[in-house]
Amino acid sequence: MADKVFPDAKSALAGLTFDNMTVMSGGFGLCGIPENLIAALRESGVRGITVISNNAGVDGFGLGQLLETRQIAKMISSYVGENKEFERQYLSGELQLEFNPQGTLAERIRAGGAGIAGFYTKTGVGTLVAEGKEIKRFNGEDYVLETGLTADLSIVKAWKGDREGNLVYRKTARNFNPMMATAGKVCVAEVETLVPVGALDPDCIHTPGVFVDRIIEATFEKRIEQRTTRKREAA
Amino acid sequence: MAWTRDQLAQRAAKELRDGFYVNLGIGIPTLVANYIPPGMEVTLQSENGMLGMGPFPYEDEVDPDLINAGKQTITELPKSSYFSSADSFAMIRGGHIDLSILGAMEVSQNGDLANWMVPGRMVKGMGGAMDLVAGVKRVVVVMEHTAKDGAPKLLRKCALPLTGVRVVDLVITDLGVFEIDKKGEGPMQLIEIADGVALDEIRAKTEAAFEPRMQQAA
Repeated sequence: MADKVFPDAKSALAGLTFDNMTVMSGGFGLCGIPENLIAALRESGVRGITVISNNAGVDGFGLGQLLETRQIAKMISSYVGENKEFERQYLSGELQLEFNPQGTLAERIRAGGAGIAGFYTKTGVGTLVAEGKEIKRFNGEDYVLETGLTADLSIVKAWKGDREGNLVYRKTARNFNPMMATAGKVCVAEVETLVPVGALDPDCIHTPGVFVDRIIEATFEKRIEQRTTRKREAA
Repeated sequence: MAWTRDQLAQRAAKELRDGFYVNLGIGIPTLVANYIPPGMEVTLQSENGMLGMGPFPYEDEVDPDLINAGKQTITELPKSSYFSSADSFAMIRGGHIDLSILGAMEVSQNGDLANWMVPGRMVKGMGGAMDLVAGVKRVVVVMEHTAKDGAPKLLRKCALPLTGVRVVDLVITDLGVFEIDKKGEGPMQLIEIADGVALDEIRAKTEAAFEPRMQQAA
């Protein structure tokens, strides 16, 4: 069996990237994003990417890096937040944007990875999101048909992983990563710690290795978007 | 006197019940967490994948892997659990969350909600709002009674693109509290007025049809 472990992000993406490809990128805000693989995607010079990701990073970090170099042609997201370069490219027509409700986006990816072509949801019925889509009535209520999503490549970030590709996420850095790992034709994972096979409790593995094709160990900046704290009361 | 932001949050906290699983939106709804009555157990859900949200961390506890849906650093509690976005929205869409408190730009008298998009302006996205209003058992809106330019926000029909159709159960504004008949065609019921606010002022600032059905204001 081919070794799933690669020495770095660049080598892990070798042979996987091509112009006009679709890439799923895990994370919520800047939490749990595959920051090393995003940087390697930028260095690969691949263009015209359709990116499926809940958010679009911030100026200069995360997916914001791929926006700066105009490598992204289209984003499928639920919230693009505070990103000036994003806004500029969108308003000038350089960048296409498809908004999905966050739960619909999560379920479309889950469905895509699970071999489910579509599903009916109440979310978005009667709104712009449902325009042009089939509406079906179940038990007296309207539901809209949404389709599953897949990608040429998914890049995800986990806390720990092993050379079988088993992954464990940490706290809210899990978010979209587990579904995306299932929905890419190829999935590359970056982890903070690569542990020996057998070190992860099999009962506690979040993403079983079958979904992961390549894995790297990397270091992370883990930038914080909103540092909110409280004061310790004086003793 | 119209209610302040904190008084709005305080009033919204009266919608909490012991044992509730609750999702709070960004802005004034977030403040509701400060007014959970002592002795009441409420579990806060954060749609990015956490149940049992704790308070903001002390400076030396900040963890970049632990944020809420507003991307703010938070803490966990002994009862907390983490899960994927798909599981999170299974909770939300599947009707397992008892109460959602969120902000709005417009609400119609039959419970339509608009809170994500103003045509012609940069749109940031709906995030989880459409899923929340479609799936959570009870939806409470907390908002200013009028827009910054004084235009009514409680309308006969929303002008802005909708977040959900017939989804809002209760609206709390700085002037009063309105119950909505989201299954029927009846007018909203004004059930409370903020202290010192005249009914005429509410009439002047409300386009939606409503009937006063007053209890004592809080």
